[in-house]
Amino acid sequence: MNAHILHTLRYLPLAALVLILGACSSQELGSDADAAQQVYVAPGEYDEFYGFMSGGYSGQLSVYGIPSGRHIYTVPVFSQLATNGYGYNEETKAMLETSYGFVPWGDAHHPELSQTDGVPDGRYIFINENNTPRVAKIDLNSFQTTEIIEIPNSGGNHASPFVTQNTEYISAATRFSVPMGDDGERDVAIDSYAENFQGTLSFIKMQDDGSMRLDFQILVPGFDYDLSHAGKGPSHGWSFFTSYNSEQAHTLLEVNASRNDKDYIAAVNWAKAAEYAAQGEGEMVPADYVRNYIDSDHIAKTERYNEVRVLDPTELPGMIYYLPTPKSPHGVDVSPDGELIVAGGKLSTVIPVHSFSKMIEAIENEDYEGEEQGIPVLRYDATLAGEVQNPGLGPLHTEFDGRGNAYTTAFISSEVVKWSLETFEVLDRIDTYYSPGHLMIPGGDSRKPWGKYLVALNKITKDRYLPTGPELFHSAQLIDISGDKMRLLLDFPTEGEPHYAQAIPADLIMDDDMVRFYPLEDNQNPHAITSEDQARVERDGNEVHVYMTTIRTHFAPDNIEGIKMGDTVYFHVTNLEQDWDVPHGFTVRGANTSELLIMPGETRTLVWTPDRVGVAPFYCTDFCSALHQEMQGYIRVSPAGSDVPISFGTGE
Amino acid sequence: MKLSGWIIVTALLLGGCSGDSTESNESESSSEAAATSSGLSEFELEHGVGPVDEVITLESLDPEMVEAGAEVFRTKCSACHKMSERYVGPALGDIFETRSPTFVMNMILNPEGMVKEHPEAKKMLSQFLTPMPNQNLTREQARSIVEYLASENEQ
Ligand SMILES: [Cu+2]
Repeated sequence: MNAHILHTLRYLPLAALVLILGACSSQELGSDADAAQQVYVAPGEYDEFYGFMSGGYSGQLSVYGIPSGRHIYTVPVFSQLATNGYGYNEETKAMLETSYGFVPWGDAHHPELSQTDGVPDGRYIFINENNTPRVAKIDLNSFQTTEIIEIPNSGGNHASPFVTQNTEYISAATRFSVPMGDDGERDVAIDSYAENFQGTLSFIKMQDDGSMRLDFQILVPGFDYDLSHAGKGPSHGWSFFTSYNSEQAHTLLEVNASRNDKDYIAAVNWAKAAEYAAQGEGEMVPADYVRNYIDSDHIAKTERYNEVRVLDPTELPGMIYYLPTPKSPHGVDVSPDGELIVAGGKLSTVIPVHSFSKMIEAIENEDYEGEEQGIPVLRYDATLAGEVQNPGLGPLHTEFDGRGNAYTTAFISSEVVKWSLETFEVLDRIDTYYSPGHLMIPGGDSRKPWGKYLVALNKITKDRYLPTGPELFHSAQLIDISGDKMRLLLDFPTEGEPHYAQAIPADLIMDDDMVRFYPLEDNQNPHAITSEDQARVERDGNEVHVYMTTIRTHFAPDNIEGIKMGDTVYFHVTNLEQDWDVPHGFTVRGANTSELLIMPGETRTLVWTPDRVGVAPFYCTDFCSALHQEMQGYIRVSPAGSDVPISFGTGE
Repeated sequence: MKLSGWIIVTALLLGGCSGDSTESNESESSSEAAATSSGLSEFELEHGVGPVDEVITLESLDPEMVEAGAEVFRTKCSACHKMSERYVGPALGDIFETRSPTFVMNMILNPEGMVKEHPEAKKMLSQFLTPMPNQNLTREQARSIVEYLASENEQ
């Protein structure tokens, strides 16, 4: 999407270019001291909010304190992480399994907190992966990725994952339309796009046990589907998806997909679609996809599926209506009261705002201006609540403060614009440094925003920090929105490229159920041992299993002999500590994946195939105590066919 | 020594929070304070600092509790403690010759506090160097371990 917008620059007047390329006007800080005091969180104190930023092409989710901007943690989601062995060790490798095989990287875009009654509840956060279409669920009791479901019949999972008011469904729309069906139907000429390419809107259903299943997909015309948000309150039961490329171009989209005066927001009655699905309507079509999950034994498993229910709106009426929306809309955001549907017309000079109640009326009156591939198109004027004039150039995304105001990012003019949901008048504007994509207000897409701070997620970082060569992290900016005038408080760098973000008050997550360590007695890993006297080494053909324990500051066993060339060695390491923040690490010379980082009470497995005869040291990689440097051991590797017996011990 | 000096020293030891620096210098200058600076009560000196503030006595052993204690000891303690030899931590086969059962329970339940505050625990840390980890046992589990250790001490 950035490329798309950047490429539009050539059509803009020179003045806009100067705004972007040159430094912007003076920063609207109250005073440095005021701003510093507002973001200062004293040592030992906690931030008011947990902020979750997508890692973009890092594939991860990073956790920040707000207002301090302190980076607290990175949750590995779609990419391997050497720091803790996620995606490398035997317990988590399966999380990155897909129908395309093992995919160790992802492009993560939009975090979305689970909601109850339209308000973030602190149970889960979801995030999409665009390239290999997937949706992940992170459990906020443990900040661990516990489930990843693949989306079939999708060319790129961008408009995702957006939750319905009570997290009944998590939606996912394809960014790129693609030919679907069997091999013959998929092997088509690219220039047959208009005829053969199709899009899908997917609905993942949250099960009673908190796991996810793909319930149904809705077939839609071959446009590009960009972003989404679910309705709430009066509009609960509906979801809204922006689409562009209604021109159905398949090449040079920057020109060819910008021809139409209007594209569409698809208003989807998902409650109706769910009814159809429950009645067995639609068609089960072949589709390969997987679901990976981690449950009580802390070991990831992969479940494979081979079909999915597809609903065709031309056969099952009442599921979709199109709202014409000026020029390639990007974001679509629903006001806290559920009535206004705000589009980011990224090439438009206004922000169009649709009314949900007028939309329902127009549907009842069949106030259509036509039909698009069998889907009714409502009349623009019939659904329009108003247009925000002069909203800045390139309006993309909008969030709300819960006090009747909306805040929209303007990418090209590099500012955040505050406007009234009542009068649609611009009330205030503030420069950002530079070119904000998404913005985030804690709870700002929900029924109950905590409207104190706003974070602008900027796409261009130049000159904000000490330079680090040609590579820089992207920049976020914290803005105080508690008063009439917005005030810039803080710059802080973020990992990868954060697209969207979410935040929630810390006290909604820091409850008594939060995991601080894993009780040893609950460890269900089949390779766990719960005391040193169970430590052992077992040979099974060419496989050698080392059942090892760690505690400050030794391994048991720490001397191992009897390994031969050609063996594969499994180190199953259990951390016997029962206090939080005392992980131990484990690695062995020549390990060619990553180390293990083992949390207290947890078991992790590293596979090692020795490639040379000799004695290899192993050691703890995490500085765990004063005698950490003593936390080491040796494993002897003998030539194939030698008769050194298996032996092991500690302190002997 | 003045009473106020005592209070400051105690606050310093217990809280770890900084008091007024000139006052603390004043109290440090008192050599008397340094000599008896533990600031602990008679009870705490004998029985340790922690959640157990009553004297636990071991009379006739409860075999069920001994068994439960043995199991907890095996998973949470045996990686560092043996009965008859010094290992990562001290040998425990004759522990009740030098420590009271209450002291042992407080050491299990409040190891961080003990090495910060109790002169005996501090001495042990300087001797063994590896701090006793908090294994997050319940009071009942700590009590059962004491029962188990008593049964081992008898042998
Ligand atoms: Cu260690």
